[in-house]
Amino acid sequence: MRVIDGQEIMDKLATAIITANTQLPPDVMRAIRAAIEIETLPRAKNILQIILENAHIAETEKVALCQDTGMVVIDVEIGQDVNIRGGNLEDILNEGVRRGYKAGYLRNSVVNDPILRINTLDNTPAIIHYKIVSGDKVKLTLFPKGAGSENVGQLSMLNPLDGLEGVKFFVLKTVREAGANPCPPIIVGVGIGGNMEKATLLAKRALLRPLDIRSKLPYLAEFELDLLNEINNLGIGPQGLGGKTTALGVNIEAFATHIASLPVAVNIGCHSTRRIVVEF
Amino acid sequence: MRILKAPLDEEDIKYLQVGEEVLLEGTLYTARDMAHKRMCATIEAGGHLPIDIRGQIIYYTGPCPAPANKVIGSAGPTTSNRMDSFTEALLARGLKCMVGKGSRNAHIIDAIKEHKAIYLVTIGGAGAYLARQITRSQVVAYEEFGPEAIRRLEVKAFPAIVAIDIKGNNIFTEA
Repeated sequence: MRVIDGQEIMDKLATAIITANTQLPPDVMRAIRAAIEIETLPRAKNILQIILENAHIAETEKVALCQDTGMVVIDVEIGQDVNIRGGNLEDILNEGVRRGYKAGYLRNSVVNDPILRINTLDNTPAIIHYKIVSGDKVKLTLFPKGAGSENVGQLSMLNPLDGLEGVKFFVLKTVREAGANPCPPIIVGVGIGGNMEKATLLAKRALLRPLDIRSKLPYLAEFELDLLNEINNLGIGPQGLGGKTTALGVNIEAFATHIASLPVAVNIGCHSTRRIVVEF
Repeated sequence: MRILKAPLDEEDIKYLQVGEEVLLEGTLYTARDMAHKRMCATIEAGGHLPIDIRGQIIYYTGPCPAPANKVIGSAGPTTSNRMDSFTEALLARGLKCMVGKGSRNAHIIDAIKEHKAIYLVTIGGAGAYLARQITRSQVVAYEEFGPEAIRRLEVKAFPAIVAIDIKGNNIFTEA
């Protein structure tokens, strides 16, 4: 049994939160640079250039890429041979978030109750998903997710034999309805299968995969590229003001499902999709 | 490129056309969901607004806290259409310009036309870039709302694009 000190997790998480909010992941940077090359509309090109400049300013001046520093999603993979000391893991993770948001001058964007709406003033609680895996490692994926993009996600329980055509129709409808609101160029995370909550989790996890890695399933890898092409043909463009780049990428995750079901969830990430992995 | 500086009247904005790039100078007031709800409740109750919005520009943003050596943290626009149900009451009180991101509902386009106002968009997700154009920031109302307080900002060469003009032309149906 490997012992990991909770304090170490807390400290690294607090630092990683600041890094995540001030440095765009390299795959997202590459995708924006590639989009600048293919845009011909001056306004679309210019907006993408400002987005790159924004990333440069954020990184060098250590300020948040976007004022919506999000509600933090933490995807936790814990090896079953790990023993975490120094307190309850959920408390440790929330304390790391609290410290990171304060030290990084990041906005507190969380309210304590969906109806009463009092700001918790420390950006906690985080939304934590746990997965127990083999081995003696711990892997945290931090995903500070802004609401502009989160608010336009959708779920649909399709008929079981609607197939890829049904999925495509629903994804395109979701992206079209989202329009300019999620800060395009967007990243489209699609979860197919499972049940209602599984599909939404798959869609969220799809956004955690780097943009230049395709699905392991050949038919889905092909479908990701097909969907990306169709989404970019919508012409929504950067900031919804027209252009060839509506999305930087489409990632799909799938899971087994019931004979009577075909759940599909779409979770959209903005052009400033921020994520970072911390391993112990 | 035209420069817009509050207070604005019809003369200042009537030549602006959809898609035109402008630069904002001078004062902007920040307000988002909570501030809008409170201002509209105040109007309904017959009370006085904490700021005189006649001829003014409201910027839909909730900035990050200011680091020690800076005026303000990241301060890009938030999604404008969440303010749609509150906007008409403010336009009727003389608000002339709103700055945010994304499209507006049809009834807001009509209200903008009726009250001779204008809606601009700036670049969502470019909060670090836009914060550089802000030279002063001061909370003037609703401090208890934290990032959703009303702030008076002073800006220089703050970039924006006309998204709905005084005639009600809308960039999001033309793009």
